[in-house]
Amino acid sequence: MKEVSSLIDRILFYALVPSFFILLYLIFIWSPVEKVMGVTQKIFYFHVGSAWVAFLAFFVVGYYSVRNLIKPNMKHFIFAGASAEIGVLFTTITLITGMIWGRASWNTWWSWEPRLVTTLILWFIYVAYLFIRKMDGSWEKIAKLSSVFGIIGCLNVPIVFMAIRWWNSKLHPIVFGEGKGQSGGGIEPEMLITLLFSVFTISLLYVFLMRKGAEIERMRVIVRNQKNKLMNKLAS
Amino acid sequence: MNYLFLATSVVWVLIAGYVVILGKRQKKLQKEIFQLEEWNSEQ
Repeated sequence: MKEVSSLIDRILFYALVPSFFILLYLIFIWSPVEKVMGVTQKIFYFHVGSAWVAFLAFFVVGYYSVRNLIKPNMKHFIFAGASAEIGVLFTTITLITGMIWGRASWNTWWSWEPRLVTTLILWFIYVAYLFIRKMDGSWEKIAKLSSVFGIIGCLNVPIVFMAIRWWNSKLHPIVFGEGKGQSGGGIEPEMLITLLFSVFTISLLYVFLMRKGAEIERMRVIVRNQKNKLMNKLAS
Repeated sequence: MNYLFLATSVVWVLIAGYVVILGKRQKKLQKEIFQLEEWNSEQ
């Protein structure tokens, strides 16, 4: 079983390395330069790819949180924790790349507009979620309490996505679909392919990090059990 | 161009940093498990 797991990790790693090089080629060389924003628009590929993976990670947290709330299960608790951490990482990347893009196109690092505010709230919810998991006490209680935050955060994901469609945001443009007072103009086919490849590569990275994170969480459980065993041994 | 460079750097630094943190955590836990198992196996 361990050999299979290590083989999957190796396959993932060897798939990730060329994918990242292809992605860099697509972004910096192959995809066309946007007429208005110039090369700065290329931040879009990292920004949207990271946002997509953050959403995916929080949906995974939401799924395992619901299951944990119904019946606490160590495996689900581990997967939720590993996914939440990656979600926070990619939300951080989304926020920072968004700020840099905002500085280039809006001439400001931050604006209190719906998409940015809801994303920041999402980030805070999952940072709180990670702090709750570090609390002392029985893991079943922590699993139940943190699951509430996990579900609230997951419910916030569609709000973040729909924010620019529900509230008229003049700053944050809609690229795909329709919104209040604006409609998305779409993107060039080359840009779309690059974006899809970016989403694919970052999703692959998510799977890789998720497996690593889950492995570390499992090791923490072993340490806790071994410590308990030692304490019992010393007490008897 | 500067903004693109800045954004790309941030992405790579954060991802690489996280991978390094995961590696360090794993190493520390492996050491801890080994030590605890040794203590537990002692009579």
